[in-house]
Amino acid sequence: MEFTRRETMATGGAAVLTAMMPVPSFAMVDDLVDEFTGGADMAEGGVNLVAPEIAENGNTVPIEVSADGAVAIMVLATGNPLPPVATFNFGPLAGESRAKTRIRLAGTQDIVAVAKMADGSFARTQKTVKVTIGGCGG
Amino acid sequence: MISRRDFLQVGMAASAVVGASGFGNWAKLAARQKLTQDKLLEFGKFGNVSLIHITDIHAQLKPIYFREPEVNIGVGPNRGLVPHITGSDFRKAYGLVDGSPSAYALTHDDFASLAREYGKVGGLDRVATVVNAIRSDRPDAILLDGGDTWHGSYTCYHTKGQDMVNVMNALKPDAMTFHWEFTLGQERLREMVGKLPFGALGQNIFDAEWDEPSEEFEDYRFFERGGVRIAVIGQAFPYMPIANPGWMFPDFSFGIRDNRMREIVGEVREQGADLVVALSHNGFDVDKRMAGNVEGIDVMLSGHTHDAIPEPVVVGNTVIVASGSNGKFVSRIDLDVQNGQMKGFRHKLIPIFSDVIEPDPEMTALIDMQRAPYLDKMKEVVGRTESTLYRRGNFNGTWDDLICGALIDERDADIALSPGVRWGPSLIPGDDITREDIWNVTSMTYGKAYRVEMSGEFLKVVLEDVADNIFNPNPYYQQGGDMVRVGGMGYSIDVSKPQGERISDMTLLKSGEVIDPARNYVVAGWASVNENTEGPQIWDVVENHVRKLGTVEVTPNRNVKVSGT
Repeated sequence: MEFTRRETMATGGAAVLTAMMPVPSFAMVDDLVDEFTGGADMAEGGVNLVAPEIAENGNTVPIEVSADGAVAIMVLATGNPLPPVATFNFGPLAGESRAKTRIRLAGTQDIVAVAKMADGSFARTQKTVKVTIGGCGG
Repeated sequence: MISRRDFLQVGMAASAVVGASGFGNWAKLAARQKLTQDKLLEFGKFGNVSLIHITDIHAQLKPIYFREPEVNIGVGPNRGLVPHITGSDFRKAYGLVDGSPSAYALTHDDFASLAREYGKVGGLDRVATVVNAIRSDRPDAILLDGGDTWHGSYTCYHTKGQDMVNVMNALKPDAMTFHWEFTLGQERLREMVGKLPFGALGQNIFDAEWDEPSEEFEDYRFFERGGVRIAVIGQAFPYMPIANPGWMFPDFSFGIRDNRMREIVGEVREQGADLVVALSHNGFDVDKRMAGNVEGIDVMLSGHTHDAIPEPVVVGNTVIVASGSNGKFVSRIDLDVQNGQMKGFRHKLIPIFSDVIEPDPEMTALIDMQRAPYLDKMKEVVGRTESTLYRRGNFNGTWDDLICGALIDERDADIALSPGVRWGPSLIPGDDITREDIWNVTSMTYGKAYRVEMSGEFLKVVLEDVADNIFNPNPYYQQGGDMVRVGGMGYSIDVSKPQGERISDMTLLKSGEVIDPARNYVVAGWASVNENTEGPQIWDVVENHVRKLGTVEVTPNRNVKVSGT
């Protein structure tokens, strides 16, 4: 039988997708945040990020962001080769500032969401999503 | 036998008001009493609602031995807290007398000799007697099954879980939740769930395609008992497609989903629930955290991690009850609910000593009927053991050492890997090893034994990843099994370190050489979560090995060195 590296990872119990790709520096993520906020101070909280603690499939991870009164929410996957995932803009006719999508994660990492509020203030939150394949839960 | 011994009444513990701490007056209740069925069932009816909890039966219809873990390490906020205390620390915490029936039921030391004295545990015909006795005391008691019921034996495998459905239906549960049931495959599961005469619950069971709550499972079910409206919310095992083969149930998604649990608790309260019960397969540490995160759950019935805890653990206003595994225990929880509030509770973890509790004859007949077509095959003696064979514990158990030995010998491998599952009864020295015994520790729907080459570097990645599933300080990132069991290789583990830094000193035992990251090693294992895994079934591999050995003797495994506890 033929085992690819990826398949083999699951056999013993579990294994993480080892980062074989270049990992972006935190500075890069900070730069992206600064670009979005113009360097303004951010409150922790005020923006909600729903993501699984452990991804069932790192190739398609469901996430949801929302923030009352936000005009835009930026999502970054800090451990992906290219961290920007999406920036959702909400116009005045949007019923609520909420968006759901699925994203691809190169490995275990923090997802960051930054919301821009109508008054020009910003809010930030983050959550660690673990990417692991296969296991021995019993 | 058991009646000659002094018995510390197991479970007789907590009769406390809400908010009282977990460690109660166990020691005070210790008394020199003869162990009888009446004593085991003695309770003192309390309040106006009774819950009965059983979980993680793993298809054990008949009495078995089950050795509780010697090593069960807690990390982060759970370091040193129940259920992460074992042996003498556990006995001290609950005031259990060494050598007593309670010590035998709840701790590992001196297991073989106590097993000879006190006999086997479990058996669903004994469980039926206990359930019937509680129902005669409180006819409308609610029986809840925490899942991992339709998996784990020769008959369960061959009937695709039908034996368990037939027997459990006779026990008449009011609801259940799920984990290993999904490994029967989604079509078989749908067929069975569609016919269940009780609630199939899981607020966190989602439709994978639409990422919406599955319509095939109820979030909760309401019961009205003595004027009290009780909502039972299901919480299935959150990490099924990760810990088990997701390709067997591709339509479903899970996850912990605190947010949704919060919404559902609000919804049932709005509908007038006086008492909110979560029937959970999260595992104990996850349940503790969830009870802290989600307000409004009165009682959390905890399964998955197979912990038998003699007193409830109270988190905020939530009472968490853990009821062991393999049919070894049944919990009874009586509650006083007044004006939509839980005013107090009384709890007992009832050990099912199979020589003390009379089997229910109707249930015995029903169980024997399920087993009859397979009995000759199951009872065939394959070998004999001179050692206690057990599995539970964070690292290798003797059953796993035997299985790893079988993989190395029969599959001509350097290294063997065996999954760190927590199911599987024990055998004591002098016992025959029957085919049924081997199936009890190996049977599953993805049991093929693979043989592959892995680099030393990759082996480390595997160990690091599994270790993080157990020792991540945040329980929401744990999957609830034990460490992958390793044969042919030793290693050191510092459980306090982060992922990638826990494992060191990997050594190939047959040569004594350090594992070379760049070299490939032949690795044999089983229970791969990948589709199209090829190889013989693990139970055949083990049977061949045991047959060749004739008599099994497993020496203590000192090849895993643990630190940072």
